[in-house]
Amino acid sequence: MGKVIVVTSGKGGVGKTTSSAALGAALAQNGEKVVVVDFDVGLRNLDLVMGAERRVVYDLVNVIQGEAKLTQALIRDKRLETLYLLPASQTRDKDNLTPEGVEKVITALKRAFDWVICDSPAGIERGATLAMRHADVAIVVTNPEVSSVRDSDRIIGLLDSKTLKAENGECMEKHLLLTRYDPARAERGDMLNVDDVLEILSIPLLGIVPESMDVLRASNVGSPVTLADGHSAPAIAYFDAARRLKGENLPVAIPGEKRGFFGKIFGRKAA
Amino acid sequence: MTDVLTQPRPIRLKGRSFLALALTPEPPFDDWLARLDDLAARSAGFFLRRPVVLDVEGLDIDRSQLRKLVDQLGTRSVRIMGIEGARPSLLCSDLPPAMTDGRPASDFEAPIAEQDDEVDAAESVVPSDPLPTKATPSIIVTRPVRSGQSLFVPEGDVTVVGSVASGAEVVAGGSIHIYGTLRGRAMAGTTGGASARIFCRKLEAELIAIDGFYKTAEEMEPDLRGKAVQIWLEGETIKLGTLG
Repeated sequence: MGKVIVVTSGKGGVGKTTSSAALGAALAQNGEKVVVVDFDVGLRNLDLVMGAERRVVYDLVNVIQGEAKLTQALIRDKRLETLYLLPASQTRDKDNLTPEGVEKVITALKRAFDWVICDSPAGIERGATLAMRHADVAIVVTNPEVSSVRDSDRIIGLLDSKTLKAENGECMEKHLLLTRYDPARAERGDMLNVDDVLEILSIPLLGIVPESMDVLRASNVGSPVTLADGHSAPAIAYFDAARRLKGENLPVAIPGEKRGFFGKIFGRKAA
Repeated sequence: MTDVLTQPRPIRLKGRSFLALALTPEPPFDDWLARLDDLAARSAGFFLRRPVVLDVEGLDIDRSQLRKLVDQLGTRSVRIMGIEGARPSLLCSDLPPAMTDGRPASDFEAPIAEQDDEVDAAESVVPSDPLPTKATPSIIVTRPVRSGQSLFVPEGDVTVVGSVASGAEVVAGGSIHIYGTLRGRAMAGTTGGASARIFCRKLEAELIAIDGFYKTAEEMEPDLRGKAVQIWLEGETIKLGTLG
């Protein structure tokens, strides 16, 4: 049985889709079988970021409504043969997602893949709650600024109350992925620093992705940043995050911060 | 030239629970109304000036039926102050408001016969016991109160082991203790407890209130921000002081 991960944030534009694609590709580059599911019905983007927009025939809504088989809707990546995409529909809206339909699709995907990554839409409505409903693990994508942090806090509250795991009395495993981190602005104090964000959200840190032109460049050519340039700073951050997701204990380095000997050894541990 | 000095005095908002008579209609409503008339005939004025809540929980009723029922009760001098257990879609602005958080109390004795010594109707409206004899329950929450969450404890103290996030609120009938940072709202003594206090390890609150008097972040002394603070009420002013 594979693991179901929801990539969520509450706020829009913080990097959910970029992170879903980059983490999916990073996991698949290690030979794991990965499917990335776009839950943003009506405003799909994942197909563009993954460079599959010209190969979409059927989508998630078609599968849920029984108009297509799951295998017909899955698109295999051209560069990585263990990476798949289940696109969202652009012409429908989120009312077409039914709880039963989503459950059926996720259960089927869990049997066939090691990782099922659900790219959640922004907001706290139907699309977002259905994307998180069946998750085993949540990745909360946050930018180091107050509105994003507060929205993430709201989402963490929902993860602890509106998911199947929470309703069964279990605790949902949650990780914080801090994206668009700008070392220069953090130094000037224009941005919340890492410790502030960790103190407010009090969930463990999965990684810090620096703000970088590489991310934009990769999106524009339709490639996850971990595939476009594996040696760029954001790609390295995503590769490390993927290793932590698999349970490896890697210390998280703060971009641009010069650390002493002890800092290097002990790294950073979040709540 | 005379300038009228106007001190901005906030409006007091307090929560309070009262005892009301809950009527549970049963279909068919015409039969039920007939039985009600029978009861009223045996005791004139039983419903007169009494607060009555209509409990429609589990009833298959639509808006026009409900409106008709409220009107028919109105013609019998039964004034409905609120409706309990109705779906939000059932209610609209011309119907009494929804009532929530009702707690059962002992049943009202239906009158057997006309009583000679009629009690003053106003007095028979018994407010909820202001000094409960049983020990007030207190609640301990061991995880952070997240943005958008509302912790509402109408009676007793609340202890939060963790932080209260911006956009979250803790409302308590008694005192509030926060072993973490208070970034959201804390409202203590909401059911008339002027002696209730708020304690927090780090004050970053958006709003604090005790017994209906409140203070926004803007009105708090800036040098207390980020400190361990206790908040209490002195007369009608909210006082803040550091915790030693």
